[in-house]
Amino acid sequence: MSLSVKHLLGIKELQTSDIETIFKTADNFKQILQRPIKKVPALRDTTVANIFFENSTRTRTSFELAEKRLGADVVNFSASASSVSKGETLIDTVNNILAMKVDMVVMRHSASGAPWFLARHIDASIINAGDGVNEHPTQGLLDAFSMREKRGDLKGKTVAIVGDIMHSRVAMSNIYCLQKLGAEVIVSGPPTLIPKHIEAMGVKVEYNVRKALQQCDIANILRIQLERQHKPLFSSLREYALYYGVNRQMLDSLGKDILILHPGPINRGVEIDSDVADGAQSIILDQVENGVAIRMAVVYLLSGGRELPE
Amino acid sequence: MKTLLDQAQLQITLHRLAHQLVENHLDFSNTAIIGLQPRGVWFSDRIIKLLETVSSNTRILYGKLDITFYRDDLYKEDALQEPAQTDISFGLDNKRVVLIDDVLHTGRTIRAAMDALLDFGRPKEIALMTLVDRRFSRELPIQPDYVGFSVDTLFEQKVKVFWKEKDGNDEVVLV
Repeated sequence: MSLSVKHLLGIKELQTSDIETIFKTADNFKQILQRPIKKVPALRDTTVANIFFENSTRTRTSFELAEKRLGADVVNFSASASSVSKGETLIDTVNNILAMKVDMVVMRHSASGAPWFLARHIDASIINAGDGVNEHPTQGLLDAFSMREKRGDLKGKTVAIVGDIMHSRVAMSNIYCLQKLGAEVIVSGPPTLIPKHIEAMGVKVEYNVRKALQQCDIANILRIQLERQHKPLFSSLREYALYYGVNRQMLDSLGKDILILHPGPINRGVEIDSDVADGAQSIILDQVENGVAIRMAVVYLLSGGRELPE
Repeated sequence: MKTLLDQAQLQITLHRLAHQLVENHLDFSNTAIIGLQPRGVWFSDRIIKLLETVSSNTRILYGKLDITFYRDDLYKEDALQEPAQTDISFGLDNKRVVLIDDVLHTGRTIRAAMDALLDFGRPKEIALMTLVDRRFSRELPIQPDYVGFSVDTLFEQKVKVFWKEKDGNDEVVLV
């Protein structure tokens, strides 16, 4: 049992069987996380570096917990506190860390493709924790895992991804992952936030959020990423909330039980109202919980087959 | 391929092992039986079924343990094995634990199992029951307390235990 890849760069490169293996392993870890002692010594000989060139609380904490619960040693490294601010290149930074005998690198970077670049130049296994607007594979995996946990096999199910598709690596990883698992994907949001020609990925575009929700079984509501919008793409947050926000009244009027996900952090009252985010249909906190199990599975599966030095 | 135990012999051995447990644990009030995944649980299922007929206690604490994440050879090529379910719904503090596996060979699985058990509490004692003891092949100082059948084997040989519920017939063979 192992993955077909040495790194987890994007879901695009994974086989469906890899996703199944990760889910199956995550089931085991989820069970371990319910025990009084939530830790196994599987990776006690492994050191992992979490290198974050972009801010993150949830993902970094989740990775760190996952690594620690597998018994690995962990070093954390954030760009603001590092020599990157003194002008060091990415390869130099990472090679310096690897020289301290690190076996695996978890990296987040604002440049799309940065993990691929790194994978060509260093030996260690790399896990992409989000690269620019490209992919955020562990988020895609944990979203699909959480959907499947609540609604069973995703084959034939329809999932709407609502909001800022343009700037969202979560959307990309979700699309790849859900399609590989046999689900139909609808993307919805203001035309300015949906990339042109996204239909070429095999998704359906529905600019009207209400109509998108009417057709789906599950909705993943994405955050409006104001920090990535260099020029305004909609007139105001109020207008966005009015036309594209998901609120209780709208959900109730659909007359169906749609499962609601949000990768966080939530802009309450913008893309999602509090009474939806905290309501019974929402599995936002289950996603966070499953995130640790999914990341444990990925780190575990990528660290097998590594020969100890003589 | 050589048959070590056929169905009738296996039946007798299972009865003997169950009675030996009763002898030492009487009503099993403070005992927990733990079968090792994946193959040991077929053995422990049988032992539990027998214990429920020969002891006064019909609600013996029974769990299943998977040791995949406690192995000591993870770094090796192809060492990643598909994990099975661990199902222990009770604490092990001060319990008398009987660990059950089908074949005892190098002892490394049992080392990992003891490590894993300690994550569920501090047992009063851990005893080991094995259906087949491959003598003189231990790599760690681990010995069984209850043995179904002892056999001397070469390292390259394999002992296989078949169960009616899983494989269609009851048999222990040396390959």
